[in-house]
Formats: sequence, structure tokens, C-alpha cells
Amino acid sequence: MADQAKLLNTDTMVQRHSYAARLGHWVTVLCFLAVTISGIGLFFPSWRILLSLVFGTPQMAQVLHPVFGIGMVLGLAVLFVKNVAHALPEKDDIQWFANVVEILKGREHEVVEVGQYNAGQKALFWKIMGLAAALLITGLIAWQPYFAPYLPVALVRLCVVLHSLAAFVLILGIFVHAYMAFWYKGTIRGMVHGTVTRKWAAIHHPKWLRKVEKS
Amino acid sequence: MSLQTQDYTARSATNKLTPPPKAREHVDEVAKLIDVSICIGCKACQVACSEWNDLREEVGVNVGKIDNPLNLSENTWTVMRYNEIEENGKLQWLIRKDGCMHCADPGCLKACPSPGAVVKHANGIVDFVSEHCIGCGYCVTGCPFNVPRISSKDKHAYKCTLCVDRVSVGQEPACVKTCPTGAIRFGTKEDMKHVAEGRVSELQSRGFQHAGLYDPKGVGGTHVMYVLHHADRPELYNGLPKNPTISPLIRFWKNIFKPLAAAGFAVTFIAALMHYLAIGPIDPEVEHGKEKSHG
Repeated sequence: MADQAKLLNTDTMVQRHSYAARLGHWVTVLCFLAVTISGIGLFFPSWRILLSLVFGTPQMAQVLHPVFGIGMVLGLAVLFVKNVAHALPEKDDIQWFANVVEILKGREHEVVEVGQYNAGQKALFWKIMGLAAALLITGLIAWQPYFAPYLPVALVRLCVVLHSLAAFVLILGIFVHAYMAFWYKGTIRGMVHGTVTRKWAAIHHPKWLRKVEKS
Repeated sequence: MSLQTQDYTARSATNKLTPPPKAREHVDEVAKLIDVSICIGCKACQVACSEWNDLREEVGVNVGKIDNPLNLSENTWTVMRYNEIEENGKLQWLIRKDGCMHCADPGCLKACPSPGAVVKHANGIVDFVSEHCIGCGYCVTGCPFNVPRISSKDKHAYKCTLCVDRVSVGQEPACVKTCPTGAIRFGTKEDMKHVAEGRVSELQSRGFQHAGLYDPKGVGGTHVMYVLHHADRPELYNGLPKNPTISPLIRFWKNIFKPLAAAGFAVTFIAALMHYLAIGPIDPEVEHGKEKSHG
């Protein structure tokens, strides 16, 4: 405890995200917002205004939604390569999930010691990557007029519906991701500036902080 | 759009709270009746269709059968399908004029995400309003008959309009007008059903015991109907579906998943709001102060 208090008293910054990682993240975010807003417009037709909001006209949305979708997948591919090593499951992750109620009450640092990423982040990582792959495949199959006209209608139909299901789950996942970042103050700043305070690191990722300090 | 019809009974991507203009919904339903047993396969209807609608299909090549063009396309809204069926040592040449069936419950309209791109008139005609079409191809997935085609050139969906422009000024569709044998008839749906009854009983008396009218209930009936000599096996006619319905996937997507997703989003946002208001931000600086006072 005393050791931790000593850490908490210092106010120096710790580098957490490299420039490349941050750029990759925010480019992916922009693509995500573009496809999500236009996709919601396609899914809920009463919100047709969303089709025009990002891409100007509904027709432009039809043309550009897949392009930005591919942009998002490429961005995620970069993030996958950069982060996959930190997203592998570990023993401690079970404890995190067992204490998820306490964690939601804001007592994560009291019940688990988190490393580079907590178990929830890891789970979300795999969820996002899996759904992105599903969205890519179903989206390519349903892409008019390039692929869909040459494929069986039954397959295209299935993919259009699966695409919306996968998108729904992904959007909720990303929302939770963004909410967590908003809830844990100092997190968004870390993803913008690249640095976090040592206090932040000691509370949310103490094992990671120790590792950083050793090296 | 300068010409107003104000007789839409359904409009794509709108709901009951935002109904289409339907002041003139009292009109009789119309239907085109295609009597397959009288058709001689001359393709005059194909020519009349492309002539009236001013369409230019690419000149095809002979692929060893009489079908030409081989399929529907953005420039071919009706096409003759020729099937040679050999059964019990007898050859039958079954010819069917394929195209939009103008369903009472149109899958294209259900699937379409663009308000007003697919409309259903009070007389039953299902039409694409191209200026609202965004080319997404959802109508293709909604159609149980595989009719709509997306143009790769202009990214709009095309199909038979039942010559809505002719019908709305009191004329019959171009294919009906031109058919030299009277195999294609046009009138109110009631009248056409009556005509079909007579034809069916005549076919039955001539030995086609399974002759019947094709007006499938699964899509609420259609405004293009067939008299078939083998109504028990419509698949013989180039895969005409026996019991066409809008795919359960499309129904799930639009009727169940869409409202569930809306509720899912709403619940998630409200849950996040409640959580944040209840727990408050986790701020390392503030947290530290608390811990200190405890210790």
C-alpha cells in the first residue's frame, strides 16, 4: 500500500500509445462514424437524413458506405497487428470477469490487478475483430453493383441481414468502449496525447505500469 | 416529381405514422392474365415492352436455345422462358413470359430502405420511382421471384412497371396490346379471375386435370397471373415458385430485428446514463484523495 501511495504521489506522465497507434485509432474512429451513421440511415429508413449527413446524398452514401467500411477494416487490421499480443487471454482475466459487478461499481483497482489491458478490453478486442471480419465478408457479398449481381440471391439476402446483425452488435460494443473511456477519466486524453498520468496507470493498469518502470 | 398520382397504398421505407398520399385509393385492382397454354412464344411482348419503354438491350448471341435475351436485365423487363419437358415419352414445350408479378404484398417494397423508391398504387401496380432509388439492391433480396435488376451503369433498380403510364390513362400494357394470340389479357383483377376460370375449366375438359390459376396467396396474390396447364407443378415453368413468400429472413429483419435494435440502442444509452449518474466518474486524482482520507 505504501508502495502504491508513493507511485500515486508522483505526477509524471507515462507514454501509453505511440503516435502511429493513435493515428490508426482515430482514422478507424472516423471511418467507423461514417459507416455507422450512414448504416443506421439504411437500417432505420425514417432516419434517411443520416444517409445525407455524412456523404451528402443517399446515393453517395450507397456508393461510399462500403468504401469507408473497407477503410475501417484496414484501420482495424493495423490495430490488430499492433495489439494482438496484448489481447491474449491470461489467468487473471477470469478474476476480472468474476468481479465484473464490483468493477462496474468503480472498484476495479480494489478487486483485480490489471496489466496492459483488462479482460473486458481483451474480450472487446476479439469481439470487434470478429465482427469486423463478418461485416467485411457480408458487406462484400452484398455490395451493389460489384459483387451481389453475380452471386445467388439467397446468399446476398442472408448477408444483408447478417450484416445488420453484426453491425448492431459492433455499434453497441464500440459504444461501451467509448463510454468506458469517458467514465475512466484520463483515458481519452491518453488516446489523444499518447501519455497518461502515473496515477491513472497505477489505478487502471498497475501491472503494466510496473513493467514500464522496470524497463 | 411533377406528376402526382396520390393513389399510393404503400410506399417503401415509410410506416403507419407517416402514410403516403392515398386520396384515390377507391379504384379497382387491375391484373394482367398470361395464359401460358395459348402463348406461342413469338416474343412480340418482349419487343413491345422494349419499344414502349424505350429500352435497348444489347444484341445477344445464339447459345443453342431460343431464349433471347437470356435473362431479365435493366434493359429487359420481360423475357420469354422456354422449357422442354420430357415426361412419359411426351415432349412439352412450356413457355412462360417472365417479369414482375406485382405482388399485393411486395417484398421489394418491404426491403427497400429509401422512402418512396418503391410504391404500390391503389390499382395494385408496384413501381420503382427511380429518382428515389439509391441502388443498394435490397429490393433484389426482398423479391421472391428474382425480378429486379440493378444497372451497373447507373446504379438504379429496374423492372416491369405494368406500363403504369399507359394504365393510368386508361390503356392496357404494351405487351397486352401487342400479343397476337390473346394469351395476355388485361382488366380488373376480378374480371381476369373470371376469364381464367373459363380457361381453366376448358383446359381441364381437354385432359389437363391439374390446370389452374397462378395467383399465389403467399404474397397476398399477384397482379400478374398465369393460367398454367400444370398448376400443381409451377416449377416446370422455369422454376416458377410453388408457394412464393417474402423470405422469413427479410420479415425477421424488418418486422422483428429493426424494432428490437431500436429498443436495444435506447436501453443501452439509458443504462449508460443511469450508470454514470449513479457511480460518477472514476478520476484517479479524486480517487487518491478519497483513499488518503480513509487511510
